[in-house]
Amino acid sequence: MYVAVKGGEKAIEAAHRLLAEARRGDESVPELTLAQIDEQLALAVDRVMTEGSVYDRELAALAIKQARGDLVEAIFLLRAYRTTLPRLAVSAPIETERATLKRRISATFKDLPGGQVLGPTFDYTHRLIDFALAAEDESSISIDPAPALADNGPMTRVSTLLGDEGIIEPNLANDHEPADLTREPLTFPTDRTARLQNLARGDEGYLLALGYSTQRGYGRNHPFAGEIRIGEVEIEIVPLELGFPIAIGEITVTECEMVNQFKGSATAPPQFTRGYGLAFGEAERKAMAMALVDRALRAEELGEEVTAPAQDQEFVLYHSDNIEASGFTQHLKLPHYVDFQAELNLVRRMRAEWSRPEAEAAE
Amino acid sequence: MSELEPTAGGYNFAYLDEQTKRMIRRAILKAVAIPGYQVPFASREMPLPYGWGTGGIQVTASIIGPDDTLKVIDQGADDTTNAVSIRRFFQRTTGVATTEQTAAASIIQTRHRIPETPLNENQIIVYQVPIPEPLRWLEPREAETRKMHALAEYGPMYVRLYEDIAQFGRVTTAYDYPVLVNGRYLMRPSPIPKFDNPKMDMNPALQLFGAGREKRIYAVPPYTSVKSLDFADHPFAVERWDQHCAICGAGDSFLDEVITDDRGGRMFVCSDTDYCSNRQLAKAAE
Repeated sequence: MYVAVKGGEKAIEAAHRLLAEARRGDESVPELTLAQIDEQLALAVDRVMTEGSVYDRELAALAIKQARGDLVEAIFLLRAYRTTLPRLAVSAPIETERATLKRRISATFKDLPGGQVLGPTFDYTHRLIDFALAAEDESSISIDPAPALADNGPMTRVSTLLGDEGIIEPNLANDHEPADLTREPLTFPTDRTARLQNLARGDEGYLLALGYSTQRGYGRNHPFAGEIRIGEVEIEIVPLELGFPIAIGEITVTECEMVNQFKGSATAPPQFTRGYGLAFGEAERKAMAMALVDRALRAEELGEEVTAPAQDQEFVLYHSDNIEASGFTQHLKLPHYVDFQAELNLVRRMRAEWSRPEAEAAE
Repeated sequence: MSELEPTAGGYNFAYLDEQTKRMIRRAILKAVAIPGYQVPFASREMPLPYGWGTGGIQVTASIIGPDDTLKVIDQGADDTTNAVSIRRFFQRTTGVATTEQTAAASIIQTRHRIPETPLNENQIIVYQVPIPEPLRWLEPREAETRKMHALAEYGPMYVRLYEDIAQFGRVTTAYDYPVLVNGRYLMRPSPIPKFDNPKMDMNPALQLFGAGREKRIYAVPPYTSVKSLDFADHPFAVERWDQHCAICGAGDSFLDEVITDDRGGRMFVCSDTDYCSNRQLAKAAE
């Protein structure tokens, strides 16, 4: 005799106890501290802060620990927390021109004011597994202290240098409030500020694949990495009662400005155009991919034919959010047996009808 | 998933802050004023995943009060895991009374079913909606489908149904069967089996639909006409079973098929667990 399955609540509780146990793993292995995650898995923290849309290293490290290292799950934790936070103030736009730089490179000029600064990069490392790290005895690894980066003062951006010559499109002054997708749903056609916010929160892997697709000819936009910079910028707010900006802290950001060739149109002379990427922390791959996709999404406003997925606003922007995508993909594991029963009924009836003419013919 | 504090500690009643609830209530009012029309709203990230009922949860959270009695079902049943999880979420964030009795509930949040027990004027049913746009499989672009709704350009949907009939002799949509609300807007009833479609028509309860990921809310006010699309020579019909419920003997309810062994053994039981247990109780009392 069939007995309807009860006790879902107990099963869920038991599953969560198992999860807690699995998260901790073998107790003879020391527990990770948030400081360890923050310091030694710093790029994971950066990604979780960027896509989680909260700049808080400790909270991101905690989310990574709680999510057992599943970064999309950690991003979800941070987003769900973020949505409960009150909005106390809106900051002034950050000035990356005045950033304290860790890294600054340009692929468009051999040398430029401020110079090329490689900084702490994986670039030019040979990807050989470093077995010395497995020893977990760092005293055996000698690290020469890196030379301190000279403070060069504000470094003019490559796009500004090009702008002086008028050969790159001006960055249009934005006199309206930027869109905020956490307060207003996406509507089409989109404003560029809404697109940039969507891309900044978007999944790195998704943007990487889309950006890559433009390089392979699906909406090619002739990009040059005009400039990539990583550095600390001050966050300023202007309290109403004071009327002047005060700094409330510093954050690290990665910025990428792509410079893209443009043949000109009826209304615009031949000139270079821009694609822009920005991410929290050190997230160069993300910022570069974002800049490629931003430029691709500008096809319509620049009078280019929209032919490729990366140029299609609805396609790109509706599918970029990994929290939405992950949730909906995984909802398929929820029970669907009512709908499936309805389909079973239908398919059985259609099969019966399908086989009947054959039976009649055989008679 | 992080453990929520009890309602007193840190989170607002029903989780959402009052500003957000007000924003959602405004969307609901607009939705009620234009039956079947999809109202965009600034859906929030919830502590449950998108696609798992976040739209329904936000609608419920913004209408629920301390005096409400909540019932949550998934596939018609109160004890399916996601229904348990959502009911627990509201128990923890509101402390309201919950029930498995359809008749005792003031708010019923559901996924994929409408209860067999008829609803009344004092009840609100909240549907969880994955994809709100009925024209989506015909036209993937939102900008385009909104235009089609504005112009009531629903010909392509009739063509699709016609093509089914021409090819298979019947409409091959078994669930999420498109309906016309109040003679104006084409609406997706959420993936309920078409068996439940007739229950939406002229229902005394307020029917609210929340799609969190897609950021849309829509509604069918009480006593509003909801018509399943059909043709004069191919009228809409619901599915029937040759069997009755193996537990309560009901011949009028939606049945789930349960596989009992690996030799083709199967049985059919009510998908609505409350309906089934009430019938069992009534039988036992006889």
